[in-house]
Amino acid sequence: MSNDHSHGHSAHEAPPNPYLEKHATPEQTAALEKRVQALESLLVAKGLVSSETLDKLVETYENDLGPTNGARVVARAWVDPAYKERLLKDATAAIGELGFSGLQGEHMVVVENTPDIHHMVVCTLCSCYPWPVLGLPPAWFKDAAYRSRSVVDPRGVLRDFGLELDESTAVKVWDSSAEIRYMVLPERPAGTEGMSEEELTVLVSRDSMIGVAKVQPPAA
Amino acid sequence: MNGVHDMGGMTCYGPVKPEENEPIFHAEWEKRVFAMTMLGMGQLDTLDGFRHAIERMDPAHYLSSTYYEHWLAALETLAVEKGVLTPEELATGVATETSKRAEGPLPPEAVPAVVKGGAPCNRAEGRLTPRFSVGDKVRARNLNPTGHTRLPRYVRGKNGVIDQVHGTFVYPDTNAHGQGEQPQPLYSVCFSAQELWGPDTATTDNLYIDLWEDYLDPA
Repeated sequence: MSNDHSHGHSAHEAPPNPYLEKHATPEQTAALEKRVQALESLLVAKGLVSSETLDKLVETYENDLGPTNGARVVARAWVDPAYKERLLKDATAAIGELGFSGLQGEHMVVVENTPDIHHMVVCTLCSCYPWPVLGLPPAWFKDAAYRSRSVVDPRGVLRDFGLELDESTAVKVWDSSAEIRYMVLPERPAGTEGMSEEELTVLVSRDSMIGVAKVQPPAA
Repeated sequence: MNGVHDMGGMTCYGPVKPEENEPIFHAEWEKRVFAMTMLGMGQLDTLDGFRHAIERMDPAHYLSSTYYEHWLAALETLAVEKGVLTPEELATGVATETSKRAEGPLPPEAVPAVVKGGAPCNRAEGRLTPRFSVGDKVRARNLNPTGHTRLPRYVRGKNGVIDQVHGTFVYPDTNAHGQGEQPQPLYSVCFSAQELWGPDTATTDNLYIDLWEDYLDPA
């Protein structure tokens, strides 16, 4: 990639490619619904799953897990230096202190953003993501554009999110190729000195914990 | 395998397009596929075998389908390969043989413990003594296996430095193929952006990736 950004996005403004448009017309969705219903009835008949247990699992991921969990971890680290130290040393245990653990968060590492260092997380081979703290991943995290380009052009990807980093800021990209799951501890924004842990939690966005955004200061 | 899933470093897919107020699931069928995979897949294969089943999708189908279609394709593939469903049952949606499983399906009450407990992949057996230490210079091996691997093409043959020693973890390259967990040390390896992508990239930037010991040589 060229460092000359005067032509910056031209390579990424290609016309829509029909081969890469996801199949989601109403007809295609209806066909998928039918195929999935058939598979569920087969797996129930074979005794692998029960529909009630499937319902319960979906409810759990819709209601109990999401980026609010990660935001609580971040806010605690901002107000409690001893907690932050434990979080950066043994993230799995420190996150467990707040009651978050389990599938796709068995082995956590937290990396800290500073004025000089910006971390961001990707999974180039599939879509590994820290579910207990961030919930299920957004579609863009699982799509080819993010998975492919984050490692070779992280600054360009951050510009797609509206974040322009200084040239002096070091970018560190974490490719989650194994069962270690990564979360970013974003910088605490200026103007939040008097805020409580609960107020800070509301400020912390999902994207800031993936490392594609900064936490915005509260609106004046 | 050197498949289309191994995307790191490609620049042909356009800009990242975040969706405003994105729902957790985009359709009802996605919820069912998610839950069937989470609860049924473990009875068919390992997580590594599941990932490899996705990698074996037709590449054009892989690129044009959504994430949960990948899961659906892998679930159907493994259900047939492992003999749980016949191809005819899958095609018709009608079960011709009923289950002979001694254990019934997981009850709903068990879900919280499964979700909270997780399925750790570190092991107290296998190769326990790491060959490399933090700061050691290593080179990612130029391996091109036809089966499952978590060594992406973009780091093969490149020089890096051990950044963290994570411990001993299940080895995906064997576990995906019914050859056992064969646990071995796992490392976070740091590569400079210049080593990976050449002199036009920022001298300040680095890439960290988790690599198993058998992916590495001393450099």
